[in-house]
Amino acid sequence: MKRLALACAAAAVAMIGVSDPAAAKTFRWAYQGDAAEMDPQARRETFTDAVIANVMEGLVRYDENLKIEPELATRWELLSPTVWRFYLREGVKFHNGNPFNADDVITTYKRGTDERSPWKGALIAVKDIRKVDDFTVDVETHAPYPTLLSDLSNMMMFDQEWLVEHNALDPVDPGKGEEGYTIRHAMGTGPFILESYRPDDQTIMVVNPDWWDNANKKHNLTKVIFRPIKSAATRVAALISGELDMMYPVPLQDIGRINNTAGYEVLEAPALRTLFFGWRMSADELPSSNVKGKNPLSDLRVRQAMFQALDMDTIKAKVMRGHSEIVGVIMSRFLGGYHSSMDGRVLSYDPEAAKKLLAEAGYPDGFEVELVCPNDRYINDEAICVAAVGMWAKVGVKVKLNSMPKAKWSPTLRQGNADMFLLGWAASTTLDAHNVLINLAHSWDGKKGVYNPQGYSNNRLDELTELIGKETNPEQRQLYINEAFKLHKEEIGAIPLHSQTLVWGVRNGVKVAQPANNVLMLRYVQMP
Amino acid sequence: MIAFVLRRLFQALLVMLAVGMVAFALFRYVGDPIESMAAEDDTAEFRQELAERLGLDDPAIVQFGRYILNCLRGDLGISYRNKRPVAELIADRLPATLELVLCASIVALVIGIPLGVYTGLHRNTVTSEVLQAVSLFGISMPTFLTGIILILIFSVFLNVLPSFGRGEVVDLGWWTTGFLTVSGLKALILPSITLGLFQMTLLMRLVRTEMLEVLRTDYIKFARARGLTDRSINFGHALKNTLVPVITVAGMKLGSLIAFAIITETVFQWPGMGFLFIQAVHNVDIPVMGAYLMMIALIFVIINLIVDLLYYAVDPRLRIDRAVAGGYTS
Repeated sequence: MKRLALACAAAAVAMIGVSDPAAAKTFRWAYQGDAAEMDPQARRETFTDAVIANVMEGLVRYDENLKIEPELATRWELLSPTVWRFYLREGVKFHNGNPFNADDVITTYKRGTDERSPWKGALIAVKDIRKVDDFTVDVETHAPYPTLLSDLSNMMMFDQEWLVEHNALDPVDPGKGEEGYTIRHAMGTGPFILESYRPDDQTIMVVNPDWWDNANKKHNLTKVIFRPIKSAATRVAALISGELDMMYPVPLQDIGRINNTAGYEVLEAPALRTLFFGWRMSADELPSSNVKGKNPLSDLRVRQAMFQALDMDTIKAKVMRGHSEIVGVIMSRFLGGYHSSMDGRVLSYDPEAAKKLLAEAGYPDGFEVELVCPNDRYINDEAICVAAVGMWAKVGVKVKLNSMPKAKWSPTLRQGNADMFLLGWAASTTLDAHNVLINLAHSWDGKKGVYNPQGYSNNRLDELTELIGKETNPEQRQLYINEAFKLHKEEIGAIPLHSQTLVWGVRNGVKVAQPANNVLMLRYVQMP
Repeated sequence: MIAFVLRRLFQALLVMLAVGMVAFALFRYVGDPIESMAAEDDTAEFRQELAERLGLDDPAIVQFGRYILNCLRGDLGISYRNKRPVAELIADRLPATLELVLCASIVALVIGIPLGVYTGLHRNTVTSEVLQAVSLFGISMPTFLTGIILILIFSVFLNVLPSFGRGEVVDLGWWTTGFLTVSGLKALILPSITLGLFQMTLLMRLVRTEMLEVLRTDYIKFARARGLTDRSINFGHALKNTLVPVITVAGMKLGSLIAFAIITETVFQWPGMGFLFIQAVHNVDIPVMGAYLMMIALIFVIINLIVDLLYYAVDPRLRIDRAVAGGYTS
């Protein structure tokens, strides 16, 4: 009871504390999942990072157009091809009042790249980060590395003193069996202060009155309440019943409903995530196929036939209800390295030509193969597969559909147990073409080509991927990228489908930035 | 009596062990836990390392043995997803589920039993017929649909009740309650009706059938012949004799309410144990799934035990029977 009385008293004080209630703007938003924890180094997940990025900051950040801009570093220069010097912003304070300096950078780096850290994959290209003086650090990479800034944007700065105080200098170790303080608490330099975090229920943030960038701030919020809502129908209902100011994703079938409700609207923008059908085209034989002793997919004519059998316009109109963008390559046009030469599909939809190609290749009656498809991962993923299976059947290829939840689909695919599969890739960790090539198109060797087991394999493309990884001259690098994607496109290393669309629902008058990586940046939110 | 209770508790342990074993045998088919812990572009090496550190590369039987040993030491492990001790996580979510189940049960009992009595006593009235027809809907409508319809009516159209969440909760240190705030109470209404509706209609139909049975028996006729008041006959004699099956069903259903609040909790984003479990399944969070399933087994055994003990209290004949058989009639 005493506790309750105290809580009431605290609430009363808090209410008095708000100087001008008319200016108080509380922004209530919802997403389909929750931030998994408040420690940015406990896993690498886009949404978790996106929530924490409102509280903690990195050396650099993305703006609303996904261009890198200075954050806690004011500028940087290359001392040699592998050494970058960063000059830190002076006078920045953490929410607890501690000043930010080079020691915090070093501590954050050491913690994140520790042997036991589940996050260490994020800075795999970095060899070391050294302190030069209190406001200067040098970052050394193993090899010349043009996309270093993207990687660094994911390294959000901890306060060294705060970590020490809460015994959290060691990384979160899932194998250790104890809870770290950072799982439910966060301390940063960002525009918002974490007030409370109740997983699966709500997260409350309040504005940081002493934020270093307050002079140029674009938001007008004083408080933010985030509520995860898993059920899509409930999420829609919560928005149009006035309990939320913004929520995403909006299910495609509810777009009309929200737009037709007075006071609410749907905002759409292209997304990074790009879907394609991949296949084990370099395997000697496909276990799921009735063709024995050879692999039909290793024949370019068969791949062309599979490509030409797909009516992408119908998939876009019927399955995606118009909310997608048909692509020519397996990468979004918003990623670094995209070039207009990649526009357009390599072949047109033509089932007659497909039948002829199959006959030429020696399969006049088609063949059988299995398609592994996720059913809880992408927008209408299973429906896309069902539609494609029907289209392939029309040219005689009998594709058996095997759909499964993400937790099963992903290992099936990576272990090379899917002859054909649906996959969507956003490259959201680096936002660069190199990420696409090395994971999806490079020959499979255990480390590279992670999602290309026994798939497309071309020595020239492997070579190009390596060159792109370290070429620092932008023009030369672009030429390499263009060549690599041209190879993959013309040899039909996969069938590119479409980029998804971001569909967000807002109350009228709420303004948000809608970057293609599907991240809500609170610092761009404006309330009416 | 004490021997009976002890024997039941021992059985509970066996049941829990069996449930745990079956669960662990099945977990491997749910998917790979590493999936929700690693990023898409993490290397195979890194995944392997993580699996080794968590002991996930051991055979299922070894993992199960280790899990049971840890449980016996009182350590339920760390959630893969939330990275918090499972015991603490469940203790955190228990109040939400129990408050919801309590309200749902009250809805079911307080509305279901009187309606059953009413329709039993006034068989051929229009009201009874209508209630009977409506109860058919309640018994056959899937929970998620009930929830969505209620949200549509009361949140979207009428705008009087919240569509999701627990509202403001008061933290008492060891328990968070929604009973002490207006928004907390309002938030309880729709989920409680959704969760309790099936049980309410079931109880109503059960009580009605039982009442019809009992009202035909000789002792009711004798009671009427003696000139007892209707009230005394209906409630003092008839209703009391219908209660044994009602308690059994209500008890069993209480267990299901706790265990299967999952759907209601998902529809209303209710931060309870069911929601925790469904998230755990999604992320293949083995420690949470294991603990939840074993806890549900325990709850079922305990509820059965309580139901058995309640029989004693309600039905004097059982006491005599058990005394004769020396307590070995279960």
